[in-house]
Amino acid sequence: MTETQTAPTNPAETSTTINLDGVDVPFQEGETIYEISERHRKEVPTLCYDDRLEAFGSCRLCVVEVEGLRNPVASCTTKATEGMVVRTKTEPIEKHRKTLMELVVSENTGGEKRNGQIDVDPLRGLKSQELSLLADRYDVDGTRFAGKTSGTTNIQDDNPFILRDYDKCISCYRCVRVCAEREGDYAISVMNRGFHTQITTEFENDLKDSACTFCGQCVQTCPTGALADKKAMRDVDTPGEIQKTRSICPYCGVGCSVDILSKGEKIVGIHPAMDGPANVGALCIKGQYAFDFVQHPDRLKTPLVRKDGQLVEASWDEALDRAAAGFVKAKKDHGRHSVYAIASGRAPHESSYTLQKFIRAGFATNHVDNCSRA
Amino acid sequence: MSNPLADMEKPDVIFAIGTNMTECHPVAATRLKRALRNGAKMIVADPRKIPLAEMAHLYLPLRVGTDVALLLGMAHVIARDGLIDREFIDARTADFDAFVEHVKQFTPEWSESICGVPAADIEKAAHWYGKAERGAIYYTLGITEHICGVDNVQSLCNLVLMTGNIGKEGTGINPMRGQNNIQGAGDAGALPNNYVGFQPVTDPENQAKFEKAYGAKVDLEKGITKVRALERAAEGEMKAMMIAGENTVVTDPDRKHCEHALENLDHLVVIDLFRTETAEFADVVLPATSWGETDGVYSNTERRVQRVRAAVKPQGQAKPEWWIISEIAKRAGIAGFDHFESAKDVFNELCSLSATYKGLDWDLIDKGEYHWPVPEKGHPGEPILHSKEFKNGRGLFRVIGYRDPAEVVSEDFPVWLTTGRRLQNYHSRTMTGRAAGIDYLQPEEFLEVHPDNVSAWGLTDGGWCRMSSPRGAVEIKVKATATSPRGTVFCSFGFNNVPINNLTGSGYDPVTETAELKVCPVKLEPIAAPSA
Repeated sequence: MTETQTAPTNPAETSTTINLDGVDVPFQEGETIYEISERHRKEVPTLCYDDRLEAFGSCRLCVVEVEGLRNPVASCTTKATEGMVVRTKTEPIEKHRKTLMELVVSENTGGEKRNGQIDVDPLRGLKSQELSLLADRYDVDGTRFAGKTSGTTNIQDDNPFILRDYDKCISCYRCVRVCAEREGDYAISVMNRGFHTQITTEFENDLKDSACTFCGQCVQTCPTGALADKKAMRDVDTPGEIQKTRSICPYCGVGCSVDILSKGEKIVGIHPAMDGPANVGALCIKGQYAFDFVQHPDRLKTPLVRKDGQLVEASWDEALDRAAAGFVKAKKDHGRHSVYAIASGRAPHESSYTLQKFIRAGFATNHVDNCSRA
Repeated sequence: MSNPLADMEKPDVIFAIGTNMTECHPVAATRLKRALRNGAKMIVADPRKIPLAEMAHLYLPLRVGTDVALLLGMAHVIARDGLIDREFIDARTADFDAFVEHVKQFTPEWSESICGVPAADIEKAAHWYGKAERGAIYYTLGITEHICGVDNVQSLCNLVLMTGNIGKEGTGINPMRGQNNIQGAGDAGALPNNYVGFQPVTDPENQAKFEKAYGAKVDLEKGITKVRALERAAEGEMKAMMIAGENTVVTDPDRKHCEHALENLDHLVVIDLFRTETAEFADVVLPATSWGETDGVYSNTERRVQRVRAAVKPQGQAKPEWWIISEIAKRAGIAGFDHFESAKDVFNELCSLSATYKGLDWDLIDKGEYHWPVPEKGHPGEPILHSKEFKNGRGLFRVIGYRDPAEVVSEDFPVWLTTGRRLQNYHSRTMTGRAAGIDYLQPEEFLEVHPDNVSAWGLTDGGWCRMSSPRGAVEIKVKATATSPRGTVFCSFGFNNVPINNLTGSGYDPVTETAELKVCPVKLEPIAAPSA
């Protein structure tokens, strides 16, 4: 759900209710059974669902029983109506879900024994664990319906960002839908049907020659790791747990929220923050993939001071003393208006604030600016 | 921005001018695309047929630097056809009558003669925006990087005031800020005319307030802008300078002038992540901690105040900039820096002295919920500005006339050059140039030339040319593309081997002293590909 929808009125104040697993719960007009179930933490399983996308109803895992209806219904596409009686976790429903999972998993990679073995590294993408977690939950493997599979891994696309490992694809179309509905780019589409289904670009080109902007949104919504973050996967074997640190993207002024992924003291990747107020889970190529300047070998590691015309390494003490002395001397010899400072539009507030205070309090001049004029 | 980013999905008419949003603010652009899916109509004015123009319902291909002429024509039609919001004008604005009288002379046909957009399309744009239920304007540096940047912005304000498209959801006048914290640099007081929170330095009350807060004399006279400071350095009057995190030599206009200015200083201190082209001119270079290594605060283009957090230890001996500057201050004998032990200490002092951040502190902004102004504790912030009144009372109409760019095409320099950014790279590429994979998409800079011009000027697609202005020349690869209109070429300033700002710098806005980076007459000559 995005913040662009009208703010929900407190459901408790409305009079319409459904009976959810034996308890009457209020809902707002237009809400689906799935949305209400989520609010009440019913843990209804899904694979084709992403709450930023229009409900699709293809994976059928979110089926629930509705009293009076002969067949189970997909809760993600069924709107609640007054007095509806819904059961989310009956034995037949769970059995039905297990069968669906067996079908999905068998289709994934050739029907090999999967349970406990769907080994998808979390660095592949934000939602890459969804399928393997559900396979564990329903204790399924791919043997029951072993046979044909759909989706063939695209090995010729050598772009450095997005791995297209379609052997793992389960045809949920979340990648296609996020590209269309959220990005408006329509770079990828579904070709063929049944076991011939393949996610591809126009004319089956590489992503580089399509409308793809490499925003990485398809990677981050993929529930199986079929689409994977190649840059993050460089560090699959780097030791250490993945740590997440909430921050803001360092590029343009939109201010997208990100989670910086690190292992030990190494930044290994970026996840978009679904609850980021400016971006609601969206990122662009720079925010998603251009993070590794931070630990590039070119980074300055020590202060430098100029000696005999050359910049040479120096201690902090020496460099700071020399930095300060030059300003003191300029003021003494040429007056308070002979000094100047330019703040950065890239650095945090604290940098600009101390810089302007240094100039104003130190030299009684307002000779300070930032880099916004060019 | 007067309105929040979330509002970008809500207008029924979008007017985007001088903003290549899908490349420069891609995530914001996704919201405009959703507005289009919701049925909004979009007008895009830009000299180049950028991706946003391809999505527009009405594209206005104006000649570079003629925004004022286009906007005067639109104002003329809105007034002539009675599409004004009389109630809003009476209640909230001033000087409307003089403005209406002024715009009577600027017919769409007159506009067309200057900006090249067909008069019928100017009429249509005026009608769409004038009749909008929720009309929203978006702009970027295509509006401000001109000698008439202020005139351009005020011309847009005139349209807003005429139609009352302000102070309401899904409307407003919305500049998209280009850098992650360029808004914050201004908020924090790094401006020659304002203290933190945009408090004028020329107000004696502010002087008294900051003398007390800082325990030192502060000046009542405005400082000079960076542009003037570099001029004074070149003239030998400015002696000592500190540059924090800016690659001035590459990003500023007229590179030779800029290099001369820095060379001429007695003392230059550069604080940066990398040994940039600018650092090469320094006497002292100090290694700063990077994003990902630094705790601090950014404010974004919608004035949302958000925290950034350190995820890993700094590289080498790098230190946070607030620490570096405080240490220099202490060693220069300046009081008021001893108590800064963390970014939090610095930010909380900033809030306590700011008019716009007074109600905020480090802990309150943990989740990034506030849009400034937050004038006191408990205030919810203002996602939408100007909903009841303007900061200075009434919104003033401005009488503005069209002026040509500082330099116009001539026999010697017959081609318009305009500059900008590309999706994959950022600024002078100190960051994206050091991120793996970006080269796969854009390994080199190229000059976008209309296919008809490529052949007419004796160039070849994929061949090379020398491009020169009165200030300098560069050698650059040619790419034929209909994104460029006939007679106008485009490139970015990202690649140091194509130092496009050797050419720019023809003029500056007289008020803001922002350089006219968007217009520069040049000449092109085919050359052989440079060896290696």
